[in-house]
Amino acid sequence: MIRRTASIVAALTGAAFLLAAAPLNHAQDTPSKTLKIVSSLPQTGSANAQTTSIVNGIKMAIEERGAVVDGFKIEFEAMDDASPQKGNWDGQIESANAKRAIADPAVVGYIGTYNSGAAKISMPLLNKAGVVMVSPGNTAAGLTKPGLGEPNEPAVYRPSGKVSYFRVVPADDIQGAVACEFCREDLKAKKVFILHDRELYGKGIADVFKKTAESTGVQVVGFEGIDAKASNYRSLVTKIRAAAPDAVFFGGTTQTNAAQVLKDLRAGGCKVPFVSPDGTFEKAFIEAAGKDSVTKDQGGVYITFGGVPSEMLTGIGAQFVKNYQKKYGEIPEAYAVYGYEAGCVLLDAIDRAETKDRAAIIAAVAATKNFNGALGTWSFDENGDTSIRTMSINTIEDGAFKFVRTAGGAAKAK
Amino acid sequence: MQRTVAAAEFLAASALSQADAVGAFARDGLLSSQEVFTQQLVTGLSNGMIIALIAIGYTMVYGIIELINFAHGDLCMLGAYFALTVVGALGVDHWVGAGGLMGLVMVLVGTAAFCGSLNWSINRLAYRPLRKASKLSLLVSAIGASFILVNLGLFWGGLPMDVFANGTSSAAPKAFPALVSAAPAAQIGDVIYSRTDLLVLCVTLPLMVALTYLVRFTKLGKAMRAVAQNPTGASLMGIDVERVIGATFFIGGSLGGFATVVYSLYNQTVSFQMGYRMGMDAFIAAVLGGIGNLPGAVLGGILIGVIRSMSDGYLEARWTNTVVFGILILILVFRPSGLLGAKLREKV
Repeated sequence: MIRRTASIVAALTGAAFLLAAAPLNHAQDTPSKTLKIVSSLPQTGSANAQTTSIVNGIKMAIEERGAVVDGFKIEFEAMDDASPQKGNWDGQIESANAKRAIADPAVVGYIGTYNSGAAKISMPLLNKAGVVMVSPGNTAAGLTKPGLGEPNEPAVYRPSGKVSYFRVVPADDIQGAVACEFCREDLKAKKVFILHDRELYGKGIADVFKKTAESTGVQVVGFEGIDAKASNYRSLVTKIRAAAPDAVFFGGTTQTNAAQVLKDLRAGGCKVPFVSPDGTFEKAFIEAAGKDSVTKDQGGVYITFGGVPSEMLTGIGAQFVKNYQKKYGEIPEAYAVYGYEAGCVLLDAIDRAETKDRAAIIAAVAATKNFNGALGTWSFDENGDTSIRTMSINTIEDGAFKFVRTAGGAAKAK
Repeated sequence: MQRTVAAAEFLAASALSQADAVGAFARDGLLSSQEVFTQQLVTGLSNGMIIALIAIGYTMVYGIIELINFAHGDLCMLGAYFALTVVGALGVDHWVGAGGLMGLVMVLVGTAAFCGSLNWSINRLAYRPLRKASKLSLLVSAIGASFILVNLGLFWGGLPMDVFANGTSSAAPKAFPALVSAAPAAQIGDVIYSRTDLLVLCVTLPLMVALTYLVRFTKLGKAMRAVAQNPTGASLMGIDVERVIGATFFIGGSLGGFATVVYSLYNQTVSFQMGYRMGMDAFIAAVLGGIGNLPGAVLGGILIGVIRSMSDGYLEARWTNTVVFGILILILVFRPSGLLGAKLREKV
């Protein structure tokens, strides 16, 4: 009996492996005429509204070209890298997604991820297999920039030695600094308390914030990683109250309990400005935070974002927002335009590539210079980062995000 | 009545002025170390009382059929969705004054009835058919029930209702309206005793007293204790064992229902994933106090709440889980049956 059970289990496991390794479609039938782009974003969980609009953005980029580039048919599939157990990105699923994409010879581009922590897992896999990766949402600095993350970053993500990962959104070395500048200049904060979610993205941006604070004379009265699954943070709030900061910065996302931290600050009687990064720049954050904790008289909420909100876009970007509203009947979430831009730049590179193989397409993406897109005219640098440095500060009013001012910007551009 | 209120206000005011005079509790916006400690204790007690109420449901079920009911936390989660739906459907958050208080009581009782009935049904459908099977089958059945409840919660959150922000994302955490404002009920120096702290106390304490009375002094309580001691013996004495087990599930579930409303009002957030944490904390509390023992569950719950709070406050938040589990291991090494647990024969 035991032996039979064991053999059944073995057979099932084998079948599961076969399924996992099976290509996404039977591209062998038309090997030369169909190219495939996939996306891997967390679509189970509260980031769903944000990531669905990113997927819509990618689809619009493909549809605008009639799903044909240089005589090749373009197919697209949106993969989910989140699990219901976590309600957030899941490393196992992200890894399986990357492997599925690699195993399908028709796949020439991988758009993702949304979370920097997930990128850490798929980047080395895709790099080794030579599949180009364009991220619409990763902002952790260490993913591309030497000296800003762990000592072995970013080399550890590039086993092939070549750059195959690109992002259309500015990184956190800029965003963290901008958030700190805003606290110092606009909020007149002399003392700040920094919290983070202990993830690559959240801790990364909190580190940058801390470094900037220390170098600009803002006193850091606390720096602490939270338990993102805790039911509340009242005890932590008492600790924060005792430290009497002028502002609280939270490095984290809606999915790592940003709204709960905010609510507990207010309920615990700590009424100072709450500053958080782009991981909370989505409607889900406003919904979860409720209407009472975000108001000005409770201290106010300020969110930095690596670009400008949809309604502030100009040129091609404004046209995109208009088309999006016409097609989907709602204003796109902040990252939709980054999905669109990632799709456009990838399709443009496929168009320019001489042969439509993976290596040529990586080279073509890397060679992107003065790309005229929805975010403006920009280029990829040698690390795979965008040349755009414009940031925006936003607040919440009447249940919606409201633009405050731009920051970072051209003054620091190279 | 008016006079008592005035007297209470006078007492509170004199207590405040006295405390201010002491100096350690000065109301200057800066917390002294004593104030920090007191505030952490208040937070810990509030969290602990909620955990305790959930832990009672765990421990009652274990006491009577020796099942670790893994679905209990998720039952509470579903109760929170029920409460949120009732609040949204009737617009309870817009009721003011006495109506607001009535609405609160209605939500509490309604959710308790919902959770109680649900727990009773789960027992009827998932556990009762396995009564004669091995304990392991029962445990697996409980895990299955837990999965079903989590997915029901995920589905429920996606329903297009105003109170769920029209279900834009089924998995998104939902804001629970502040039926009880988080405003301070009293403030001594800079230590804030919020109305939600008061609510926790006003709901959990009477329930614990009532439960103690029920178990000790009523016929049903006697029957429950008899079934817990020896089901076969109890049935020979003419006790309808299945009915008593059903009643235990109902009572345990409805206590969870009360707890989940208080939890939602305290944290103001409801999510389909919250059941895991609620269940885990309550389970640890039940084991710490001695699983199967009612006062033990309460003691365990309060201990877990206070330890968490102190660890967050005086160590770093990232060490809190380590501290809690470390203490649990230590206690289980030296007192394997928990703090108040009797030395029993080997179970499971």
